[in-house]
Amino acid sequence: MRLQKIGIPILLALALAAPFVVYPVFLMKALCFALFACAFNLLLGYVGLLSFGHAAYFGFAAYVSAHAAKVWGLGPELALVLGTLTAMGLGLVFGWLAIRRSGIYFAMITLALSQMVFFFCVQAPFTHGEDGIQAVPRGRLLGLIDLTDNLSMYYFVLAVFILGLLIIRRAVGSPFGQVLKAIRENEPRATSLGYKTDRYKLMAFTLSAALAGTAGAMKALVFQLASLTDVHWHASGEVVLMTLLGGVGTVFGPVVGAFLVVAIQNYLAQMGAWVTIIQGGIFVICVLIFRRGMVGEVLEFWRRRNSEPPPSGGHH
Amino acid sequence: MFELIGIPPQALFGQMLLGLINGAFYAVLSLGLALIFGLLNVINFTHGAQYMLGAYVAWLLLNFLGINYWLALVLAPVVVGAFGILLERLMLRKLYHLDHLYGLLLTFGLALIIEGVFRNLYGISGQSYPVPPVLTGGYNLGFMFLPLYRGWVVFVSLVVCLGTWLVIEKTKLGSYLRAGTENPTLVQAFGINVPRMITLTYGFGVGLAALAGVLAAPIYQVKPTMGADMIIVVFAVVVIGGMGSIMGSVVTGFMLGLLEGLTKVFYPEASNTVIFVVMAVVLLIKPAGLFGKAS
Repeated sequence: MRLQKIGIPILLALALAAPFVVYPVFLMKALCFALFACAFNLLLGYVGLLSFGHAAYFGFAAYVSAHAAKVWGLGPELALVLGTLTAMGLGLVFGWLAIRRSGIYFAMITLALSQMVFFFCVQAPFTHGEDGIQAVPRGRLLGLIDLTDNLSMYYFVLAVFILGLLIIRRAVGSPFGQVLKAIRENEPRATSLGYKTDRYKLMAFTLSAALAGTAGAMKALVFQLASLTDVHWHASGEVVLMTLLGGVGTVFGPVVGAFLVVAIQNYLAQMGAWVTIIQGGIFVICVLIFRRGMVGEVLEFWRRRNSEPPPSGGHH
Repeated sequence: MFELIGIPPQALFGQMLLGLINGAFYAVLSLGLALIFGLLNVINFTHGAQYMLGAYVAWLLLNFLGINYWLALVLAPVVVGAFGILLERLMLRKLYHLDHLYGLLLTFGLALIIEGVFRNLYGISGQSYPVPPVLTGGYNLGFMFLPLYRGWVVFVSLVVCLGTWLVIEKTKLGSYLRAGTENPTLVQAFGINVPRMITLTYGFGVGLAALAGVLAAPIYQVKPTMGADMIIVVFAVVVIGGMGSIMGSVVTGFMLGLLEGLTKVFYPEASNTVIFVVMAVVLLIKPAGLFGKAS
């Protein structure tokens, strides 16, 4: 764990200095998606559940916090909390339904449920249909710090992101996280050891949905916009792609994946459907020859160099 | 004539027919999904894109080669099915020893590529495909007007579904397929070429999707997103029906299409979501699906 002792302060310093080098709005977008991907990875990487409908929590929380900030005039921190809680409630209900099935059915159910949220958002008056909720005020953090300035907004986003990451790390590292991994490796065995696996799965699902909601709510504040793009199944697919590209089940993989995918989107934005084609291509390449993802491959390389025996019982 | 809770019968039966047509597409598509899943253990996310491909191939054949609807009805499924066979040989085959989720992810990526290519070529607006001359017009049935083409779609779908069911339940080939679903290793040991059977099954399932696409072309606009919109609903249909039985997925498809049509009449706001709501209810009552076996 020497790597972590040196690595984390360096990463932190980089993150603090980054907005002076890179366009802060890009960084904020990437951080929002990174948190989204980490939340998603909590479910896929540590419980082995592939949710194909995480855009529902991300996008719906974006709508709720945008509405709260714009129409109800709540401060950014309250809007964020409200968005998170809404996503949490939604995750609790959808998770409760979806964990009745596993594997491929679980993926199809979560996708279908998120499509239901999409259609709700298309029709509900408060979302303003195709226009979305525009000109959402970023407001003042705790009534003190003006967030209209991109630099202060960036540090706020970074703080929320780090907090989210710490929550995930805490959950994964705790006895709770060990049970999740046991469920991933062998669910019948975890059940026979006396764990109520459904309850654990539901808790993980709810936590994942809540953090995905935080990410979405934050994105709505950053871009001052909540739109149908964020509840669309494309967004669900993107978060899967980020996690897969970065490395399923690794702590920093989803972050790396999110930065890469957002960068691709930004540089190819004017090329229209090519973004979709390239994303599809990355999916295919990752699945066929690159299943560990970027961070996963680096870790594997590191492990082999130090000739540690690989951990017993891989994920797949 | 009579009125039902303030709804004129023309509107009621008209929407029911529309629902039945949607149901026909759900049935054919979920039949293909179930066949593929049974033997390959892969949920074919590309199914929607292949449905869209079927419609586009028919449209391209008509506009560039002047090949009419009737030939397209045969050619498009063959072309798209062959493309499916290529995908299975080159890519899907490599994933059978892995977690089933990888098959889903791969086919999702392929669906994105196919959809993206067609969006690049034809934009997001749709192309129209004319109804074949023989099937234009319709009959007045007294209680409603039946456009001939719509009747034809329901008829063809029923024939295709029943035909597939008969082949699988009543023929030697079908018995191999069913056996392969239960225990591929044992079937292989009896000297049957299981890998080839898997390839052909995938090709057939994909061909069914393309056939549905050709049938849909004169009714809906031929556009790149038509498949993605469809496939998610079909997933819900598959969850509701359970993939254990061929007949189950067909019956569920038609029933849900009809239900959707009725919802359009009585509570149009919910017509997009009614199938998802039914899915949630079924999950509560019978998680394995209406025709599914408990796992």
